[in-house]
Amino acid sequence: MPPIPKKVDPPSADKRWRMVDNTMRKHGYRPDALIESLHTMQECFGYLEEPGLRYVAQALRLPLSKVYGVATFYHFFTLKPKGRHTCVVCMGTACYIKGAQNILDEIEHKYGVKPGETTKDDALSVLTARCIGSCGLAAAVVVDGAIAGKVSAKQTLDLIEKAVAS
Amino acid sequence: MTPEELRELAARRREELQEFKYRLNVCLAAGCQSCHGDSVYKALKAEVESRKLEGVQVRGVGCLSLCAEGPLVQVEPDNLLYQRVRAEDAPELIESMYGKPLKRLACPTDAPFFAAQKQIVLENSGRIDPESLEDYLAADGYEGLMRALTEMTPAEVIAEMTTSGLRGRGGGGFPTGLKWSTVAKSKGAKKFVICNGDEGDPGAFMDRSVLESDPHRVIEGMIIAGYAVGASHGYAYIRAEYPLAVKRIQNAIKQATKVGLLGEGICGTGFGFTIEVRLGAGAFVCGEETALIASIEGKRGQPRPRPPFPAESGLWGYPTLINNVETFANVPPILRNGGAWFAGMGTEKSKGTKVFALAGRVKNTGLIEVPMGITLRKIIFDIGGGIPDGKKFKAVQTGGPSGGCIPEEHLDMPVDYDSLAKVGSIMGSGGMIVMDETSCMVDVAKYFMEFCKSESCGKCVPCRAGTDQMHGLLSKICAGEATMDDLALLEHLCEVVKNTSLCGLGQTAPNPVLSTLRYFRHEYLAHIQEKRCPAGVCKIKAAAEVHA
Repeated sequence: MPPIPKKVDPPSADKRWRMVDNTMRKHGYRPDALIESLHTMQECFGYLEEPGLRYVAQALRLPLSKVYGVATFYHFFTLKPKGRHTCVVCMGTACYIKGAQNILDEIEHKYGVKPGETTKDDALSVLTARCIGSCGLAAAVVVDGAIAGKVSAKQTLDLIEKAVAS
Repeated sequence: MTPEELRELAARRREELQEFKYRLNVCLAAGCQSCHGDSVYKALKAEVESRKLEGVQVRGVGCLSLCAEGPLVQVEPDNLLYQRVRAEDAPELIESMYGKPLKRLACPTDAPFFAAQKQIVLENSGRIDPESLEDYLAADGYEGLMRALTEMTPAEVIAEMTTSGLRGRGGGGFPTGLKWSTVAKSKGAKKFVICNGDEGDPGAFMDRSVLESDPHRVIEGMIIAGYAVGASHGYAYIRAEYPLAVKRIQNAIKQATKVGLLGEGICGTGFGFTIEVRLGAGAFVCGEETALIASIEGKRGQPRPRPPFPAESGLWGYPTLINNVETFANVPPILRNGGAWFAGMGTEKSKGTKVFALAGRVKNTGLIEVPMGITLRKIIFDIGGGIPDGKKFKAVQTGGPSGGCIPEEHLDMPVDYDSLAKVGSIMGSGGMIVMDETSCMVDVAKYFMEFCKSESCGKCVPCRAGTDQMHGLLSKICAGEATMDDLALLEHLCEVVKNTSLCGLGQTAPNPVLSTLRYFRHEYLAHIQEKRCPAGVCKIKAAAEVHA
């Protein structure tokens, strides 16, 4: 009989940890629940922070190195908090040949941030996506969760400006 | 529910649908959503309600194919298609149903874009509500499964698949019937079926559209596969980047479970099957079977040497069948209509149809399904409407980072697995990116190498170090700083990485370089010898500056 996992306390009293625990419980605290649990944590908190990684490692009885390995292996997971607003520039092939690089250059020119970085005032994070699957509408960007298709660098900057001002 | 009860449910829905004199199908797939298809949907719905119209149904459907002209609205029974519809067009559109078609927004459905397509996988796409089980049932959904379970033995199902000649649609092109029979023959206390929905190719969105537009079809395919190979549990591994696809497949699983199409004793038979969704987390290498299995096990997605193949020892060491979304989507119609029907389409060695995501420098971008054997020219110039802005065609890229660029001289070649391989590309999962004279082929090769470099899982040296070195050399060429020795080294590295990498990612990573070198060597030479980029893409510190 497998040992009964002992109760592991979450890092804080934050209610969002219950969601993470729910996911782990649903999978019987088995080690293969790791990726699903990290997904839930990122959904709840926006990113994966170290106390959370420790918590999941303990609850699933996995070495922290393994949890950290998985968290950094997959591009979807981020260990850094995002700014108040995000702009994801799709770098899929169709978007690339329709000027996605130029969009990134213009954003960097105006806000001084490269992909993966956040402005000093925490207002804007710029990210890239491998492909968001909106190839029919290249070039595509996602500003605060809303996809905008067939955009130019100028239109993207306008969208960001509007988002940041809101 | 028994088959009879399910058929009754289907008949009832068909009757219900008959009661509506007009049906407005609003495309709510990702493409149209991103140009505010949902606001069109709401506006039409509000308009119908405020006018208290009877017999008019407004429903959200899956992909209507022509993404470039979205948001799209289809009006039944006349099958009129409207493009670039805005929310403010709602009143006019509703009035047009009772009068003359609205010319201003009409989209010609007799155009080659629609007429040259042959839809099997996408037969329901845009025609049913993807969130309604009844809609799918009314469109003969789950008939294939019921036939398999009540009239056929697992061996007969596999024989039907073999007869159909279906080959894996994820890109490899492995015969599906053979794969199924290998798993069926393998011995194991448990067996698993996995649906590979980790569509990682940049520039490809076929699986996404299928999952979003017709999720039950994929589930039906998986259950049939489970029955055929003797598995009782399945995993649908879907990219987390496709939240709508994830939501729809989860919803479909819930609905199917409720009516007993999933769970114990499906359709009153002794066969049981369940499906669980697992989210991908953004790793291209997880398209490789063994890496995907590692990911489902909660580990880093790193591949392992084969054999043993997953068919013998896969998930947790049990025999595992892995097929792509589109492969599973082909299964229900094959079981419904017979393998011979499917084998009647396509070419000698590539049967049926293929879904392509047509994008890039082409007029009609969108999702298309064409019979195997059609020529690239027909796809690009008839269906795709050619190159916009009077520009000249340069190349078409298939197969993503594992594929190659095909030049004009091969455009009259039929599209099938073997012909594409012959010209240095691959069928791939179905991304098709058209490039015109404004694209620099060295830059494109560099783009794909950057992709492979960052997606390399790091397990084997040739791929981890090789892609990095090749990317460095390509960057040097693009910057106009390379010598002919660099080019020779690049070609040598291509061979090494291709022949010694562990998995498909590394083995095919040199393909974009090799194919562009094969057909566009002069562009490489222009960068190296003349220090110029013929397309004007690469920022080379002009020779003029050096001379000055």
